[in-house]
Amino acid sequence: MGLFWKRKSGSDFISLGLSSYDEPVAKATHEVEEEAAALKAHEPEPAARSTEAARPPMEHPQVGASFQLPPDEQVEDPGFIGRFRKAVSATRENLVGKIEDVVKGRKQIDANTLDELEEILISADIGVQTTLEIIEDVRKQVDRQSLKDVDELKKIIRQHLLDILEKAEKTSGVASESSVSDDIRPYIMMVVGVNGAGKTTTIGKLAQRIKADGYDVLICAADTFRAAATDQLAIWAERAGVPLIQQKQGTDPAAVLFDALKAAKARNSDVLIVDTAGRLHNKSNLMAELEKMKRIAAREVTRAPHETLLVIDAVTGQNGLSQAREFMKVADVTGLVLTKLDGTAKGGIAVAIAKELNLPIRYCGIGEKADDLVVFDPRAYVDGLFE
Amino acid sequence: MFEALSDKLKKVLKDLRGESRLTPEHLDLAMREIRIALLEADVNFKVVKDFVERVKSKAVGQEVMQQLSPGQQVIKIVNDEMVEMLGGTSSRLLFTSRRPNSVMIVGLQGSGKTTSTGKLAKWLFNNQNRNPLLLSVDVYRPAARDQLSVIGKAINVPVFDGTGLNDPIELCKAARLHCEQVGFDTLMIDTAGRLHIDDALMEELQQIKREMQPVEVLFVADAMTGQDAVRSAKEFHDKIGITGVILTKMDGDARGGAALSIKEVIGQPIKFVGVGEKYDALDPFYPDRIVSRILGMGDVLSLIEKVQSEVDEEKALQLQEKMERNAFTLEDFRDQLQQMKKLGSLQNILELLPGEMFKGIPKMTPEMTGQMEKEMKRTEAIINSMTLKERDDHLIINASRRRRIAMGSGTTFNDVNKLLKQYVEMKKVMQQMMQGDGMLGGIKGKVARKLTGIGARKKKVTRKKKRK
Repeated sequence: MGLFWKRKSGSDFISLGLSSYDEPVAKATHEVEEEAAALKAHEPEPAARSTEAARPPMEHPQVGASFQLPPDEQVEDPGFIGRFRKAVSATRENLVGKIEDVVKGRKQIDANTLDELEEILISADIGVQTTLEIIEDVRKQVDRQSLKDVDELKKIIRQHLLDILEKAEKTSGVASESSVSDDIRPYIMMVVGVNGAGKTTTIGKLAQRIKADGYDVLICAADTFRAAATDQLAIWAERAGVPLIQQKQGTDPAAVLFDALKAAKARNSDVLIVDTAGRLHNKSNLMAELEKMKRIAAREVTRAPHETLLVIDAVTGQNGLSQAREFMKVADVTGLVLTKLDGTAKGGIAVAIAKELNLPIRYCGIGEKADDLVVFDPRAYVDGLFE
Repeated sequence: MFEALSDKLKKVLKDLRGESRLTPEHLDLAMREIRIALLEADVNFKVVKDFVERVKSKAVGQEVMQQLSPGQQVIKIVNDEMVEMLGGTSSRLLFTSRRPNSVMIVGLQGSGKTTSTGKLAKWLFNNQNRNPLLLSVDVYRPAARDQLSVIGKAINVPVFDGTGLNDPIELCKAARLHCEQVGFDTLMIDTAGRLHIDDALMEELQQIKREMQPVEVLFVADAMTGQDAVRSAKEFHDKIGITGVILTKMDGDARGGAALSIKEVIGQPIKFVGVGEKYDALDPFYPDRIVSRILGMGDVLSLIEKVQSEVDEEKALQLQEKMERNAFTLEDFRDQLQQMKKLGSLQNILELLPGEMFKGIPKMTPEMTGQMEKEMKRTEAIINSMTLKERDDHLIINASRRRRIAMGSGTTFNDVNKLLKQYVEMKKVMQQMMQGDGMLGGIKGKVARKLTGIGARKKKVTRKKKRK
């Protein structure tokens, strides 16, 4: 498991997410050593931090109860991959289970098998286009007689999905994916998405996680539209012990952002997380509002926002592609957050988005506790489907 | 995305022109495309499978109607079948004489329950003369109850203040008592959103239902939901018993195939659709409209309705009169632009139109419509910078006035010139149309109507009668 967000430092380089399988690549893109010394000043306990990657699960039996970090950050968390897989495994039951059903009792792969396979992939929301391509490839291999075994079949589909996800990870690297250099301060993360995707909750969890890693976090409540959005965020901020910049409902979100940027600079915060109002991507005026916010951020802090996360609900269907396309156009989305992955829907649309738009999945939500926001791991995800 | 299906069908069926009956071969070709269209619209794959089979068996051997090509015929059959599948619904909620009647709103997280609760309360107040009280029993999500309070304030519907109560059942009981005492006849219960596999929440919903005996249990479904829509709807239906569905976020560009799947699987009608962020953006459900949308064939009916509700008839009538007197001023031009803006972005309007209308015309990209919108905005700014006198009589706009207008509107001298030229041309065309001599007479009404907005003609007729 990787960290959520990380300043770079020579001695305790830890890459995030998928890059843990691929460290050389991540490392190569960042010159690390020269700033290591300077960084030591900011990070008095690099060693401790490097091991806190694995953290015991936190219990929050009561919503609204005050949040406390576990005192022992050194403890390994054997449960992480397990929990992640468990969250995904409901899909496994319906994806792999079905594939097993299809191939059971059959030695040869015939047209029927392929048709049924196609339906299985489609039912996971992976999308017609992506599915057809995978099936087409399988069909070719069957025709060439290079694919005979049913087990082989599973392996090929698994590899296809993994390839898609890993390619997206590699092509569009996000600054914080491996680490953030010290001169980027504050590091601005903007969180966007359609209504009800889970932006505010994601931000609450994200703030809590980054703060727990010892960084100074500030939240900007720029969702001034939805009734009580700020209240909801305020509760999360309080739990996390993170300051919140807010104004009353109906204020221009760009104005709130401006205040927050000033505050972040004044406080010398490490990370500023910006909540935005949910908006449907075909509303041009609301998308223009987002563009304005982006502009304001870039004016106040060089190259900000450094990261723009698009939050997608795992139950989203093919419309997710359209969402991603529009948000990318307007807000330069750099990554996805896949929420509500603990249901039966497994967010296959994220695979389609990763494929078509080369957007990596950065985090995913696998439950309601703060601890249940995890760095996305393609291998664990696909393994979860195909174990 | 929109005209895709009818185009594709035309392509695969173009060799089949002249055939008088639909053969299985036609259908196989057509159904493959329809299957993909439905899957891309997120209709559940099992529903698609059954549906395709059903249509096939119905369609084989049918005569091709004379006015239709085989492709159109197939679409017609599919269309009719789908409308039938979704049809027979009434959006009115049925209430009893018991006081209060409860309505439970259930659904997944983020599907839009709280907003829908508010919208529906307002709708019931306006359309069914109900006197609702809002109640949130979402004691889990931070600030969920605050959200309902804010909404209640905005729509002027009272919200039960359950401060101090943290148990959903207790809240329900207290609110019911409050209704009995104060005289509210409808209690709208906004429940907590959870995943459908959360047994504890399902148990809680069952308890609330047992306690309150609601007249309606409405399931809120997000129009953007994918294949999983069926599973969650079925789970809620099996465990709690749904009486109807509210489909939200239909103002997005999702094609809403989930509607078809849910209706097919749980057999309960879709009663309302949420079409915007404002609290009056809740419409009754019309099966025929969503069918054309799922199939990607545009939604002309909705567009007409939109025009009718937004275009000011009085103004349209005045404008037509002015055009007849050849007194179309720059002020009127500005009014026209503003009326158009009310309809929303050009791109949205275009998307409501079926692909058929743009035969031969290259598809407008969002960039192009964006450009056009910018142009319209600039034109409006220029006219705004003119004095009333100038707007009334463009002839007095000399060079120095033009310079002032350009400065005032942030445009250039040339832009102002261009606009004036455009306006003069427009006036000329209008004059020709309105003269109504011989050949042009016939199209007069039609073009004028197009220019001034739908509904103008009706008024015009009555006006003429009056004159007589």
